[in-house]
Amino acid sequence: MNAPAKSCGDELLTVRQLRVAFAQGRALLPAVDGIDLRLAAGETLALLGESGCGKSATALALLRLLPAAGRIVAGEVRFGGRDLLRLPESEMRAVRGGGMAMIFQEPATSLNPVLTVGRQMAEVLARHRSLGGTAAQATALDLLSAVGIADARRRLGEYPFQLSGGMKQRVMIAMALAGDPRLLVADEPTTALDVTIQAQILDLLRRLQVERAMGMLLITHDLGVVAQMATRIGVMYAGEIVEEAPRASFFATPRHPYTQKLFAALPGLARRGGQLQTIPGQVPSLSAMPAGCRFAARCEHAWDRCRQQSPQWRQVALDHRVRCHLEDGRLVAGGNAGGPAADGVPVAAAAAAPTLLAVDDLRVHFAIRRGVLQRTVGHVRAVDGVSLALARGRTLALVGESGCGKTTVGKAILQLLPASGGSVCLLGEQLGGGRQRAQRALRRHMQMIFQDPFASLNPRLSVGEIIAEGIRAQGGGGRATNEAAIAAVLQQVGLPAEAAIRYPHEFSGGQRQRIAIARALAVQPELVICDEPTSALDVSVQAQILNLLATLQRELGLAYLFITHNFAVVDHLAHEVAVMYLGRIVEHGGVDEVLRSPQHPYTRALLSAVPSPRLAAASEPIRLPGEIPSPAAPPTGCHFHPRCRQAGESCRQAYPPPSQLSATHVVRCHLYPSTVDADRGGVACDRAET
Amino acid sequence: MPFLPVILWSDVLIWLLLLAALASGWLSAGNPLWRSAWQRVGRSRAGMASATLLLAFAIVGLLDSLHYRPRLAADGGQRTAGQPAVYAVEVLSLLDALLTPLRTRNEKTYSEPLATRAHAKETIEVRGSDGRLQQVRDHPRLRHGGAHLGADEGRRDADVAGRVLQALGLALLAWAAVVLAVCGGVVRARGCGWRLAWRRVWRSEGEFAWNAILATLAALSLLAMPVALLAGDYHVFGTDKVGQDVLYQVLKSVRTALVIGLVTTLVMLPLSVLLGVLAGYFRGWVDDLIQYLYTTLSSIPGVLLIAAAVLMMQVLIDTHPQWFATAAERADLRLLALCFILGVTSWTGLCRLLRGETLKLRELEYIQAAQAFGVSSLRIIGRHILPNLMHIVIIALVMDFSSLVLAEAVLSYVGIGVDPTMISFGTMINNARLELAREPLVWWSLAAAFLFMFSLVLAANLFADAVRDAFDPRLAGSP
Amino acid sequence: MLAYVVRRLLYALPILIGVNLITFALFFVVNTPDDMARMQLGVKRVTPEAITRWKAERGYDRPLFVNDEASGVAVFSETIFFSKSIRMFVGDFGRAEDGRDIAREIVARMGPSLAIALPTFVLGLLVSVTFALLLTFFRATYLDFWGVVLCVAMMSISGLFYIIGGQYLISKLWKLVPISGYGGGLDAWKFVILPVVIGVVSGIGSSTRWYRTIFIEEIARDYVRTARAKGLSEAAVLFRHVLRNALIPILTGVVVVIPLLFMGSLLTESFFGIPGLGSYTIDAINAQDFAVVRAMVFIGSLLYIVGLILTDLSYTLVDPRIRFD
Repeated sequence: MNAPAKSCGDELLTVRQLRVAFAQGRALLPAVDGIDLRLAAGETLALLGESGCGKSATALALLRLLPAAGRIVAGEVRFGGRDLLRLPESEMRAVRGGGMAMIFQEPATSLNPVLTVGRQMAEVLARHRSLGGTAAQATALDLLSAVGIADARRRLGEYPFQLSGGMKQRVMIAMALAGDPRLLVADEPTTALDVTIQAQILDLLRRLQVERAMGMLLITHDLGVVAQMATRIGVMYAGEIVEEAPRASFFATPRHPYTQKLFAALPGLARRGGQLQTIPGQVPSLSAMPAGCRFAARCEHAWDRCRQQSPQWRQVALDHRVRCHLEDGRLVAGGNAGGPAADGVPVAAAAAAPTLLAVDDLRVHFAIRRGVLQRTVGHVRAVDGVSLALARGRTLALVGESGCGKTTVGKAILQLLPASGGSVCLLGEQLGGGRQRAQRALRRHMQMIFQDPFASLNPRLSVGEIIAEGIRAQGGGGRATNEAAIAAVLQQVGLPAEAAIRYPHEFSGGQRQRIAIARALAVQPELVICDEPTSALDVSVQAQILNLLATLQRELGLAYLFITHNFAVVDHLAHEVAVMYLGRIVEHGGVDEVLRSPQHPYTRALLSAVPSPRLAAASEPIRLPGEIPSPAAPPTGCHFHPRCRQAGESCRQAYPPPSQLSATHVVRCHLYPSTVDADRGGVACDRAET
Repeated sequence: MPFLPVILWSDVLIWLLLLAALASGWLSAGNPLWRSAWQRVGRSRAGMASATLLLAFAIVGLLDSLHYRPRLAADGGQRTAGQPAVYAVEVLSLLDALLTPLRTRNEKTYSEPLATRAHAKETIEVRGSDGRLQQVRDHPRLRHGGAHLGADEGRRDADVAGRVLQALGLALLAWAAVVLAVCGGVVRARGCGWRLAWRRVWRSEGEFAWNAILATLAALSLLAMPVALLAGDYHVFGTDKVGQDVLYQVLKSVRTALVIGLVTTLVMLPLSVLLGVLAGYFRGWVDDLIQYLYTTLSSIPGVLLIAAAVLMMQVLIDTHPQWFATAAERADLRLLALCFILGVTSWTGLCRLLRGETLKLRELEYIQAAQAFGVSSLRIIGRHILPNLMHIVIIALVMDFSSLVLAEAVLSYVGIGVDPTMISFGTMINNARLELAREPLVWWSLAAAFLFMFSLVLAANLFADAVRDAFDPRLAGSP
Repeated sequence: MLAYVVRRLLYALPILIGVNLITFALFFVVNTPDDMARMQLGVKRVTPEAITRWKAERGYDRPLFVNDEASGVAVFSETIFFSKSIRMFVGDFGRAEDGRDIAREIVARMGPSLAIALPTFVLGLLVSVTFALLLTFFRATYLDFWGVVLCVAMMSISGLFYIIGGQYLISKLWKLVPISGYGGGLDAWKFVILPVVIGVVSGIGSSTRWYRTIFIEEIARDYVRTARAKGLSEAAVLFRHVLRNALIPILTGVVVVIPLLFMGSLLTESFFGIPGLGSYTIDAINAQDFAVVRAMVFIGSLLYIVGLILTDLSYTLVDPRIRFD
């Protein structure tokens, strides 16, 4: 052990050589392989890593809450002077929720659906603080107020399904605090939440930690969250911690090649249009861990020693340790610079390009049925009058939080959902209605790439069959030409031609997304609707896919309608941005106009809420109160006014008309003078290219 | 020809089912997902042990599904060339031919297992020492049971013990031969030594639960061989009221159970798959209609619907005797009609399940991707939905089998099951039940039916569990 | 929520009509009343006059749907469909072969059926849920493994054997209670106890296994992990969290059969000579008493539909998501 002994006194948690494995059949597959952690009161240690690196298993092992197949093989977890791994189960229960509490990733499933919030909180109070009756009720009220829940008394009697996602996570936090824990383990506490809600929750956690001088172990994959929250960071890779550093040192000079790559793979303004750095290959699987450094196979600096010998810890700065064989001089400093930014940004042919897709006043309403006869009593206005236009070779990003209707727009354009009003024109032809045969032929020109690479490929078909499906549906050629075409698209997306005879389950998430792209490309579309294509992927894999999409756009002149909530990705590859709120576009303009000088208060708040993976946090963050209202009953007037600080009387009265700020920049807000002109037919079919 | 082949409808269906099973097995070998699922079944020890037992039952059933009418020997053996052959009215199966001694050696009435004398006392005439005929009340000697012993009935125990020992020896030999063959196969396939092959087979270090199969085979042969050797001269399970051998009856019952368990699913499957998928995929009024249909049908308690339908079928059969050439045909058609009725009354559960799953599937992104290509609905159902429902169908099939076998017994007992002349577990139990009141107790018929039925249903249940564990995507990942 | 209940009630009506149509088709369209008469009378006594008389006695001599000879409403009411099917909705089931009024018989026989079925149901539910909870508590141990094996073995035994074996052991060998029969009053328990015990035992296997599956599925959920993270004991997790949630799927299967308890069990009642609806049905089947079978089909469906509605109502008790929707 090379951890200095001096700090043992004030340390809250010390983990030594913790090993966790998962039983599979008769084999034990190691998931966490000898990690050391220490955490002092009032400190936040962030455990950073990509999926499958063992960070969640570590967190669960601390509380001895591993699932049935999980085993703690060895190690020591010292907490409050005792080794938790050697406590009898009954004493361990006093630690869980008492000394050490945990909040989980999915607030939607982590609360018991059939018990009221009050009862679920009362359990903790009764268990750890022996409170009952009115005392418990009062304490629960205090806790709910402390986590920022308004009208706490009413909420106590409610069930989880009556709360919004953000509120559920607040209740989870309140429940965790109910036992007065000294250490809070937060496992991806904001991953399932929208950015504005994430910002609220992170603020709350930070405030509570200071107030209660708790230690916090934060498990996350998001460098932005780390930058906001952590005092120290441990980077995990394949079951090991490879780098440990205080926040300042970590963000200034990340030392491990893996950490550097993580930074370099982040999309953002600096690397707009250029190639992102990627990490080749994949995380080694649990069953086949390499002998030497686990990152060696994917490291461009790796040398013989890396492959044979597992590196030891080395101190590189004050409290900054790294497990890497590279000599100090060879350790590349400061990976924050990023890759080559040049390489033909496909900005070309901006405004002059002919219109490929024209959407005018698109509406998608879903009926709400109630009552004895299931009569329609109202409509969920998922999409409520969206107009946009997209030219060949351009990328339009449709940005918004969950529930704003952005995915519905994409599906309605593809005619996967029936539109309730408005028109969609592709290549000058109206979609929807008309003859079936013509409609089917039009489908060839547009394709979709979906969010979940695991649900978007039929597991029962081979990759070749999956790709051939579109060609066949479009009346493609014979078997031989099809096979050649499949091999060609596979090569285009960077997969070997042999992949055609294999099945989806043999591929990783990133590779599956490549297959999905190949399937879309196989019918040679001009427009590809990308529905959050990278949100289910790790950062390094996301970079690969973004690079691929950029290359394809350059080579094939594709137009992308890019549906996302991730501003970094928008900044990286979009030409234009449209921001949606409750079924309507509130701001629309060039990427620099919208991201650099946002005008709508919502856009500003949204941008301000995105945690930046950098240290500089200069400007005062704008925090939005509340959450997105239901699209079934949007607020009168401007939909955004209940959450807007600048809202005035007119905002409550009428929905704002568009204000043209520049040739391309339009915002719908009463703060700006209306410039509405009668020419709404600007995107009508007949004017589009034929 | 010495016999006239008779093709019963249930025979056709049984063999078609076998063909379909082989074909789908061959097809699923091509798809890695199916293959790995079946390999998981192959790794399950309980699954393979029960599969072995089921295979033994299936062989009995299949042998019993090849029917013919034997040619009657012409009078006095003088047959002229021009005389048309005369065939017996009685329809026999290959199994009947193999079991001829069991089938023909009927006693007068009850006899205990392995007995040489009847179960009940009768007044018999015995020639006394003085040469006069005396009337004595005693258990009369059986006509066939232990007849080879002659007057030396005391030798029975020794004879039985000798035969059992001999049989056990034979069984071990046969089993050893099978083990050798399996090991030999492994040696050839893997190119490893015999010792390693033995270890792979016996410790199941390979991918296949050979040890479970071999253990089951050992147990099976150790039990079956003595029965086989004894059955030639004794009634191993005794005889029933009319003197028929009980062993023969239980063996014949196997086919009835298999037909009920398998053919029913053949009726149920197309209904539930078609309607379930249509309802889930097209929704709207199609869904409403199909939901109404199955809710209505399932509202009628199963037994009552079956009772009503069977009653009506009985009326139909009884009022149209001209439809059937032989009694066997009538019994067979009644069996099939029962399968049909069971199928029609039991498709609703699977249909509901498939509808729900289709509703979930159609929202999946790969279906939407296909729709974005303009792929037709029929093709989407065929290529994307059906293959992803197959695991549910397979699980439902194997799960239903055992409950159908159990249902047959109950229905036959109630009197709405198979034809009373057809041998089945239900009719056996029904006949034997009344004898429990007798003193001394007649237990063997019931015990034999219990033994065979229990092992069949247990094997089916265990196999169903193994299949479910292997095919259910939620369970397949877990160890 | 009221709309929800009203909607479920309204939905039951077309189903009942559908059931009625199916039964009618089964009894009068598949075979003509002549066929039934021939079957009932037996081969020897079949003469055209006998058939006509048989039909007239039972009211089967009218036309199926439309009576051309009658006038006014009678065009439709003087038909088999009206008198045999529509009249069932008002509780008129006609007369059995022995001349007794079926409706009165049904009312009289419900009591004995319920006396057996209700205790069997309640005890069976309690015992099975207890065993299932026990197995879940000891999941992944040998106790659990052998418990499941025992369940599978028990569910592989035909219900007939449970009854035959139970009757033989308890009544005949040990002579604890009478083998069959039924009596009112204080002595009733003597006749009730054996069928109830046998009914409970024969159902344990499959229901325990089913409940265990539900519990095991529920225990893998996220909220259970949350409950453990609170420091609750395994028993508290099981009873306070898992059981409450598992009630929802359990209710789906259980509540629907409660009204059917009135129907009794065919097997148990006939084996034990209980004068309930189950044995009434069996006797009717054996005597080929079509009117009784038809009435029982209708009653059974009616009770099943009541069960469906009760199930929907019970959801509102255990699932707040429905209660507040």
